Amino acid sequence: MTAEFQSIDETRAGLASAGYLADESTALVSFLAGRLGKPVLVEGPAGVGKTELAKALSRATGRKLVRLQCYEGLDEAKALYEWNYRKQLLRIQVEASDAGWQEVKDDIFGEEFLLPRPLLTAISAAEPVVLLIDEIDKTDQEFEAMLLEVLSDFQVSIPELGVVEAKTHPIVLLTSNDSRELTEALKRRCLYLWLGYPTVERELEIVRLHAPDLKQDVARKLVEVMHMVRELDLKKPPSIAESIDWARALLLLGAEDVDQETLKQTMSVIVKHRTDLDLVAERVGVKLTDGLVRPLG
Amino acid sequence: MAPRLLEFADELRREEMKVGTSELLDAFEALRHVEWTDREDFFEALATTLAKSQEDRRVLEAVFDRFFFRAAEREAVERGVKEGAGREGGASPEPELDFDSLRERIRDTLRDANAPEGQLRDLARLAISAFGRQGEGSGVIGVDVQRIRRTLGLRGEQAGAELPDPHSVPRDRLREFEAQVRRELERALIERTETLPPSKPLRELDRALPTGGAQDLAQVHRIVAQMRRRLATQGRENRGRNRSSAIDVRRTMRTSLQTGGVPLDLRFRPRRPRRPELFVLCDVSTSVTSASVFFLSMLHALHDSFRKLRSFVFVERISEVTEVFERERSFEAVSRAISGDAGVADVSGYTDYGRVWIEFLDRVVDDLDPRSTVIVLGDARTNGREPHAAAFGHIAERAGRTFWMNPEPKLYWNYGDSVMQVYEPYCTGVFECWTTKQLEGFVNAIADLRPVASSG
Repeated sequence: MTAEFQSIDETRAGLASAGYLADESTALVSFLAGRLGKPVLVEGPAGVGKTELAKALSRATGRKLVRLQCYEGLDEAKALYEWNYRKQLLRIQVEASDAGWQEVKDDIFGEEFLLPRPLLTAISAAEPVVLLIDEIDKTDQEFEAMLLEVLSDFQVSIPELGVVEAKTHPIVLLTSNDSRELTEALKRRCLYLWLGYPTVERELEIVRLHAPDLKQDVARKLVEVMHMVRELDLKKPPSIAESIDWARALLLLGAEDVDQETLKQTMSVIVKHRTDLDLVAERVGVKLTDGLVRPLG
Repeated sequence: MAPRLLEFADELRREEMKVGTSELLDAFEALRHVEWTDREDFFEALATTLAKSQEDRRVLEAVFDRFFFRAAEREAVERGVKEGAGREGGASPEPELDFDSLRERIRDTLRDANAPEGQLRDLARLAISAFGRQGEGSGVIGVDVQRIRRTLGLRGEQAGAELPDPHSVPRDRLREFEAQVRRELERALIERTETLPPSKPLRELDRALPTGGAQDLAQVHRIVAQMRRRLATQGRENRGRNRSSAIDVRRTMRTSLQTGGVPLDLRFRPRRPRRPELFVLCDVSTSVTSASVFFLSMLHALHDSFRKLRSFVFVERISEVTEVFERERSFEAVSRAISGDAGVADVSGYTDYGRVWIEFLDRVVDDLDPRSTVIVLGDARTNGREPHAAAFGHIAERAGRTFWMNPEPKLYWNYGDSVMQVYEPYCTGVFECWTTKQLEGFVNAIADLRPVASSG
């Protein structure tokens, strides 16, 4: 089933049914992405649901998700396409020496010998897909430049074969942790979406969605503590994903309240640096006992 | 609508945002799909197509507010509408409103998370008028906002406070209130002068204040390291090898052995490069609240780079914090220590520059010599107190060089109670400085200055 969203509210409902609670701007940008056919550049701290958004979009629209995970040194051969050398060699041997050069050349540079990589797959798919280019900031600038053709014209030029144009229009999401400034040229071609940490209410909804068995008041307190923790100047502030993990951990432990003891035991779920651990224990732990945060009951 | 939007894009470009034609086309395209009667959607559609980074988004937000808020204001100015006109006649609703009850009301409203925005705005107006009766205004909106907040005794909740302060209010609510006060002040200013305020300096202040602590800290450290190199190597170039250097007798004799005891080849004693000795004075009063994080991070970075450095913080009186910086390595610990127990003598909360100079002289006058550099970080707002320029002059005279870094744009200097011009003649250089970029400018500037030692 492939559905296109007709309005912003529909987009939000669709994402919600796919397990993703989108806020105003996320819903709007997702809607526009489909409408304008433009790639979306999603930026934000780690673990606020950038990748999850792409997955939810693919579920909500019933499209297949094609994912390209970026890393340093990623090149065309791994992102776009590659010739299947072994198969080409075999072909040449089979044809032996009696065939003319032109024939062999035409033969071995055909689509049969092309190994499509994620970008080419996304473009040449018969059904429209959702293309996720994850952590684009991890690659180098040359790679970005190569992406431009794909992103603005949805085509790939293969010197030996010609231009492969998109049969269908994919929804493209690029995510970035903002670890390096992306080039103007790339940004210009994208819609921009910033995902930050959600408000208490929203995060509570998200936690409730993913850990429905956790009691309402425990969940609320958990989220409040999370926000307190994020306000500290930590090396790595805990993300939404960690809130969910923590909620599940508390559920498993059967915790009835988020007090200093529970925090101490389960802190390692949300904080992942030794110095951060000390800081959280010192600053938040104290608050939990001093009655600054109302005990439950 | 199209011309308005183009005007808007022009405004954005004036704020140094890169808005290309293709972005504009995107924006128009996006608006075709979005209800633009809904302010939220309208804004988001513009933001997603025009703003390509978080920074851009912040600028866009500010300009968006100003652009459409101004649109109403402009009409009011053109028609000569004045808000006060209707009200003047009737008696004001609460003529006897005193400060304490106002303070209580504001505090209660701020604590009540469900209070409507309108109520907050009304209170902001009341606060301004109550404050206005006292008859002091610095003329700079940002400073006034902080003063009003102080006079009302509003404090944000401390994240690390052990005991709940009965006078504190939630931080974000306080920020909201400040925004309201700022907006109302701006509105009042527009009404008074019947012109729209210049947008440029506002933008620079609003945007450039360091917000992301950790990241800025790294950058400040980098620039200060650069500054150290500059200061350390300064003046070396005109220290010619043979000019006025002392002969190293021992080495000359030793070399002369090669020429049968005749000292043909003179050996000179290498000259020690000037060792920078820094005295840094940092204003931590409320009028520079927003800049003081930046200043403190600078102090922190300086301490990492210079061994001979003494730092002082001051509000009404001065206190030395050299030890705090030497003891604590992490920036958080330092700022906590300074705001907590470093004993910043803060009686009234108003800076008293004159007194600070006198106390500073008292403490360090014997340590100041032509090789030392004094750096002052402050806004030179004396709150109407005696500036004691002579004392500052004395400091500048004793020290080799004196630099002043002011966290306000030059436009605001000498406006209101800022007495920058009184101190300026004594300084080797004065700089506006509230971003790392300007800090870099400062570093470049001091490298260009001839060393003072040669002139006196």
